Amino acid sequence: MRFLLLLLAAFALMGQSDPVLVPEVSQHEVQVRQGFTGTELLLFGAVLDPDGRAGQGYDIVVVLKGPSEPIRLREKERFAGVWVNAQSNDFRSVPSFFAVASSRSVSEIVDEKTAAIYEFGTRYIQLSPNGSIDPEEQLRFAEGLVDLKQRQGLYKEDMNGVQITENVLYQARISLPSNVITGTYTAETFAVTQGRVIASAVAEVEVRKVGMERRVEYFSQNYGLAYGLIAVFLSVFMGWGAGRVFARL
Amino acid sequence: MDVYLPIANLSVNGLWIVALGALTGVLSGLFGVGGGFLTTPLLIFYGIPPTVAAASASTQVTGASVSGVFAHSKRKGVDYRMGSVMVGGGVIGAGIGALLFRFFRSIGQIDVVINALYVVLLGSIGMLMAKEGLQVLRGTAGKQAPRRRHHPLVANLPWRWRFYGSGLYISPLAPALVGVVVGILTMLMGVGGGFILVPAMLYILGMSANVVVGTSLYNILFVTIATTIMHSLTTRAVDIVLVALLLIGSVTGAQFGSQLAVKAKPEILRLVLAAIVLAIAFRMLLGLFYQPDEIYTVYSL
Repeated sequence: MRFLLLLLAAFALMGQSDPVLVPEVSQHEVQVRQGFTGTELLLFGAVLDPDGRAGQGYDIVVVLKGPSEPIRLREKERFAGVWVNAQSNDFRSVPSFFAVASSRSVSEIVDEKTAAIYEFGTRYIQLSPNGSIDPEEQLRFAEGLVDLKQRQGLYKEDMNGVQITENVLYQARISLPSNVITGTYTAETFAVTQGRVIASAVAEVEVRKVGMERRVEYFSQNYGLAYGLIAVFLSVFMGWGAGRVFARL
Repeated sequence: MDVYLPIANLSVNGLWIVALGALTGVLSGLFGVGGGFLTTPLLIFYGIPPTVAAASASTQVTGASVSGVFAHSKRKGVDYRMGSVMVGGGVIGAGIGALLFRFFRSIGQIDVVINALYVVLLGSIGMLMAKEGLQVLRGTAGKQAPRRRHHPLVANLPWRWRFYGSGLYISPLAPALVGVVVGILTMLMGVGGGFILVPAMLYILGMSANVVVGTSLYNILFVTIATTIMHSLTTRAVDIVLVALLLIGSVTGAQFGSQLAVKAKPEILRLVLAAIVLAIAFRMLLGLFYQPDEIYTVYSL
């Protein structure tokens, strides 16, 4: 069905002279429920080029971003032999998840300036730092943050992650770990040729909790006292129950 | 067995969490400590966010101590009067602790303060217990001057009550003050406080040894209930699925622990607990002076 739509769109858009990107995502909703251990998203689509330039080759870059949040990053420093928190820096928009996949190394596809504009890589994420203005310090904090997120599996780059077939169809696989936060994720696809972005398109993926998991979260957020009492009741009951069971053995 | 934790926002291997619960459960039944000082760091090491780890561990300690309290009360090992006085102090202490927590968090030094507290408290208590335990083992304890029942300061406090279970005639202000101190530490360090309570009861109040473990568990039970409710209302970080997994392990572990406690020699128990406490204090001490794994920490605004 989706493929038919793609074809229809292709014919409908043939009249225009600019190349057009038609993106699609394997699932528009990721359901987080019991047993969720992460999932793999397949981002695919086609590049439609009315002037038949498809033969000269494209590169595709896919950027998947999770909802942003403001954070304060603290840095530990040695003070009289003891490691204590010293400096801190605020970032106004830190994506909770960030993944880049491209058909070959981004440095071969575009120059540094273009890469920075379109955030083609973890070192180009626009974090909107606040506070201290010293650019060197800013860079050190940003690198520390990206390194931390990379080791948590939340930031990643895959420079061979996009396969292009016949210069028309492309596909990329990006895995979401189980520790992703819920919200709206945007998948941006860029078609690049000769160092220039010639087409881009956005698709959205909704990550949300469903069933028991959603109810537990909702209950804990809105009925704190009742939730706490239930937790206490559960632990007292289980402790007492075990005592009874063992007393009979 | 993959289990998704709805509040911690990640999936874990359920069997590991149950095993971790069982380990702390045995400790709790055996020594009368909640085991929070072991659960919280291990959960964080596993990748669970620190706030969720501390909040959920305190709820789990409730369950572990309830079966311990039942087990000990059956053999008259709980001094309810003494325990209730301490709980009263503990609730006040928890309130003071919450304020201190906010203050240290606002200046960004809460993790350093917590680490330093662990080192100082666990280190000094561990040494004290190890010294006493070794003296008893070598049989040199008898040669000392007649051992005083409790700390001279305790004896000087006015307004004495009789605590029959503990075999004491002292002022209730002493156990209440102990309760306040433990309450502050519970809130600051995210632990039940048993490892401070047990030595305080033995060496400061001079309670008779056979009610120390039961009374300590009784106090921990109520202080952790208060902490759970406080966390549910403020941080909202109690993960009920994580708690349930930990409990499955710890309630069974606690039963084995309290059965072992009756059979084992108290001097040996004290030495083993001293060794565990010292090992953790040493690990924390290294953590203060060696370069930490993570230079950067994220606080959401």
